[in-house]
Amino acid sequence: MAIELMNQNTSTENILEVHNLKKYYPLSKFSIGKRKAYVKAVDDVSFNIRKGTTMGLVGESGCGKTTVGRTILRLHDVTSGKVIFNGMDLSKVSSGQLRKMRPQMQMIFQDPYSSLSPRLPIGEIIGEAVKEHKIVPKSKYRSYILKVMQDCGLQPQYFYRYPHEFSGGQRQRISIARAVALKPKFIICDEPLSALDVSIQAQIINLMKDLQEQYGYTYLFISHDLSVVEYLSDTIGVMYLGSMVEIGKKKKIFSNPMHPYTKALLSAVPKSNPDEKMNRIILEGDIPSPIKPPSGCKFRTRCQYAMPVCAEKAPILKEYEDGHKTACHLYSQD
Amino acid sequence: MTIENEKVVNQNGKDNNNVSVQELEERFRVISPARMVAKRFFKSKLSIVGLVMIVFVFLFSFIGPLIIDATWGYGEIEVFRISRNAAMITTADFRAPDGKVYNYYDKSQTTILFKAPLSSDHWLGTDTSGFDIFTRLMYGGRISLMISFIVIFLETFIGVILGGLAGYFGKWVDQLVMRIVDIFACLPGLPILLVLSAAISSIESIPAEHRIYYLMAFITLMGWTGVARIVRGQILMLREQEYMLAAETTGIKAIKRIFKHLVPNAMPQLIVSATLGLGGVILYESTLSYLGLGVPFPRAAWGSMIALADPSKGQEILANYPNMWIPAGILIVVTVLGFSFIGDGLRDAFDPRMKR
Amino acid sequence: MGLFDRFKTKKIEGVDDTMYLTLREERRITKENTKIIKEFERQKNRKHVTEAEYLTQMRDPSNVVEFDNLHTYFFTEVGTVKAVNGVSFDIPQGKIVGVVGESGCGKSVTSLSLMQLVQAPQGQIADGSIRYQAGNGKCYDITKMPKDQMLKIRGKEIAMIFQEPMTSLNPVFRIGEQMDEVVLLHVEGATAESAKARSIEMLNLVGIADEEKIYKNYPHELSGGMRQRVMIAMALACDPRLIIADEPTTALDVTIQAQILELLRNVKDKINGSIMLITHDLGVIAEMADNVVVMYAGRIIEQGTVHEIFKEPKHPYTIGLMKSKPGGKLKEDRLYSIKGQVPNPINMPDFCYFCNRCDHAMNICSKEYPNMVKFSPDHLTACHLYYGEGLQEQNQKRMQNNQSEGKE
Repeated sequence: MAIELMNQNTSTENILEVHNLKKYYPLSKFSIGKRKAYVKAVDDVSFNIRKGTTMGLVGESGCGKTTVGRTILRLHDVTSGKVIFNGMDLSKVSSGQLRKMRPQMQMIFQDPYSSLSPRLPIGEIIGEAVKEHKIVPKSKYRSYILKVMQDCGLQPQYFYRYPHEFSGGQRQRISIARAVALKPKFIICDEPLSALDVSIQAQIINLMKDLQEQYGYTYLFISHDLSVVEYLSDTIGVMYLGSMVEIGKKKKIFSNPMHPYTKALLSAVPKSNPDEKMNRIILEGDIPSPIKPPSGCKFRTRCQYAMPVCAEKAPILKEYEDGHKTACHLYSQD
Repeated sequence: MTIENEKVVNQNGKDNNNVSVQELEERFRVISPARMVAKRFFKSKLSIVGLVMIVFVFLFSFIGPLIIDATWGYGEIEVFRISRNAAMITTADFRAPDGKVYNYYDKSQTTILFKAPLSSDHWLGTDTSGFDIFTRLMYGGRISLMISFIVIFLETFIGVILGGLAGYFGKWVDQLVMRIVDIFACLPGLPILLVLSAAISSIESIPAEHRIYYLMAFITLMGWTGVARIVRGQILMLREQEYMLAAETTGIKAIKRIFKHLVPNAMPQLIVSATLGLGGVILYESTLSYLGLGVPFPRAAWGSMIALADPSKGQEILANYPNMWIPAGILIVVTVLGFSFIGDGLRDAFDPRMKR
Repeated sequence: MGLFDRFKTKKIEGVDDTMYLTLREERRITKENTKIIKEFERQKNRKHVTEAEYLTQMRDPSNVVEFDNLHTYFFTEVGTVKAVNGVSFDIPQGKIVGVVGESGCGKSVTSLSLMQLVQAPQGQIADGSIRYQAGNGKCYDITKMPKDQMLKIRGKEIAMIFQEPMTSLNPVFRIGEQMDEVVLLHVEGATAESAKARSIEMLNLVGIADEEKIYKNYPHELSGGMRQRVMIAMALACDPRLIIADEPTTALDVTIQAQILELLRNVKDKINGSIMLITHDLGVIAEMADNVVVMYAGRIIEQGTVHEIFKEPKHPYTIGLMKSKPGGKLKEDRLYSIKGQVPNPINMPDFCYFCNRCDHAMNICSKEYPNMVKFSPDHLTACHLYYGEGLQEQNQKRMQNNQSEGKE
């Protein structure tokens, strides 16, 4: 089973281990008599992230990648499964303890416009939690914040300004500075680039890479943009309708994608080369509703290799090469 | 300011002449959101008009009485009389049984100066009881404004706490609070007020002057539900904002999250609804006073001043003495309109997207 | 003096300095704007405009639309935003023209100008002309065309597909009702039956399998990709000569985007129309477009065929955009990034808008706006690097570099 596979890899090197994470949302609050219906936003997802590396989590909208990020940080409660961060099971710690652990795990949000409180100046946005957790002594507070701002490419004079004066790229830098100021070990980046222009995206990508080199952060990079994930990540997990369909080293995923969905996803990305038109796998139809996912393999309704067994049994995530796992009946012998 | 900033100033000072792209950097006016709101507010002519109206009403009803008191030396319940010409009224010398002779004036014949026309002594004349109308307008405004501010303050206070609890904690707290709100929202306001006021006046231990406070307490009780609904809606919306999530991920205490992030961002809506509510309370108070249920007789209130013209008591005042009831009516209109203008101006200033 | 400096108006990089206008300045601007807008509106609302006034001649009869020195300004309370500032390009018959640029570069406003849908009264076409070759063989200047005449073209001959398929369909009407309405409005002699037949035919054309069912659905019952298909079907209903697709796939997932792009390409061939494809995604452009127009801050900085643009981009901005997209051939450790921010659209300088972000900026760049340089009949770019003073400076630099290399 998946747990056994995971346990083999368990080592102190892993900063984060996610075991069989499930997050179900009940559909209606007051259902009497009937069996409760759930939206399985995250359904049995497991992965590990090694210290100092970046894991990319890709998938289309509604595949549960954002929910994975938020449940790891326990912004949402876990339905079942374990999240082990630095040897601690996060799903078991008390909320008081959790609050003290918060600085170690940070998050960068998607929308730079709604992720900064409009009524606080930049210095306060970045520094509020630094004060709260006493990251630095009071006497060094100001110089520390200014240093963090400098690291993130923000000018010191912005300290007193308010978010409404900044463009999307600058705001995302502020958002990064807020996370970085707490000296975290692990940062979840929830589509931090999707709201930005191309030329600004590159700046932010470079900033994130520089910070990682300098301070050795571990990133979980959630994105729908494969090219960005390819550039930033060491390992990549591909999600579809709440389940992990493929996971492995970046090179393996891009050179030898196994799952038909990964293949389609890779070929769907428009290439900046006019000669490489066409010859792509175009998936039929839409993503099924997560309320009523197809039986067996969730991808079978759009899969060109769908077999009878796909409708009967859900495939299990299995390792085929070194660290390269996929959940597809095409490769399983039984 | 800071050392870093000073440096930049110097650099700028040097290459000021050199107009180039590098002409960037700094000026140190920090525009806070509050200042932006103020700027947008003052940009709209209507809100300035509203502000002027309200400032006028305030000066009139709070500074006015002080001036009157200091210069002419009387208050709202001063009854003016005509002292008749002594010569005419003086009777013949009167010899008392003790043999002395007294002069005496027939004081009983001094009449109250009622329904006096406009004059330099009484700018708007006097009313049916011989009170100076101009002075009473000031005192009436004072009580109206005071009551409406207290009511709105209490309404907002209760509404914020209960609505905030409902919005922030959700689940059964939300259910409980919102059902209470629903119950209050379906009570008919005016009929209950009428019954209540009749009941209160029959209780002898409550002096007549205090009746209005009880009624206002009841209005507060009816009014907080609207505020609670707004606050709950705002908090439900703001809770989903990413900065609230960010505050949670950075491990900020719940209390701080509420008061530093949630409340300031919910404030604009509240301020607007409170400002618009002020006018409503003034109307309510005037209605009550008009019906004779509000401020008791010798005290002045705009509503009861208009009630003088009540056609059921005869057409005479309505037809012949507009100076008795029109000024009070105008003041009510000015105040309510002023608050509405300010409220609208504030709403546009807080959220410029709402405009147009 | 330090104190005075603090209150002077200066530009701040990355900060929207329009916030710093005082109330009085804003009032003055508003007053001026009202005057200007009034004049434009008066011109627009004249009655009895004769056809001769807006009839014109195409420069090249094989074009559907020719933008000629188009200026579209927005008169806002903080200043005039020159959203489109002298844009000229052609949309040839049967071709896909891709307009690419970052947010705020004026690409959407260009298309809205063509539709006469610029948000009035603040937004006005200040100068230039848009020549349109109508289906009846006549050639109109859309900037001068009266509103009622425009109604006959808009939605019928020029159709538009919007970015947000969630909001561009009315949620209270069925898909079929909304589609029929378009047909009934534009096709002469259309009856309810013929309109329905047409709608279903169109739904079929855009690859919707159970068209009868979709016809009866409400928009909320469809997924994003489906709605975008419906939007395309609606745009096709009147056999348009030109489809404007404004970021048609930005809100969609990659796999759905692939479907929609494929569909657009097929559809274009079927109806023999042209497409003006507006997007910020170079990948989409490379895949779809025949001709490419690169816009920056309201101006065209480079245009050419898709091969010219992607094989030999000339303008530093185009080059930078391509290099800053990860996943390209350049597998460097560090991604190239264009420094700085898109400039504030108010009070643009009268020299090259890109020069403060450009790696090759020279003296001349901050003096005058560069002319268009022609590399081939189609390939034009506005950059000092390739002519006159700038070219000389570049050559000198290159010589110096060669010399220093030679020494080593």
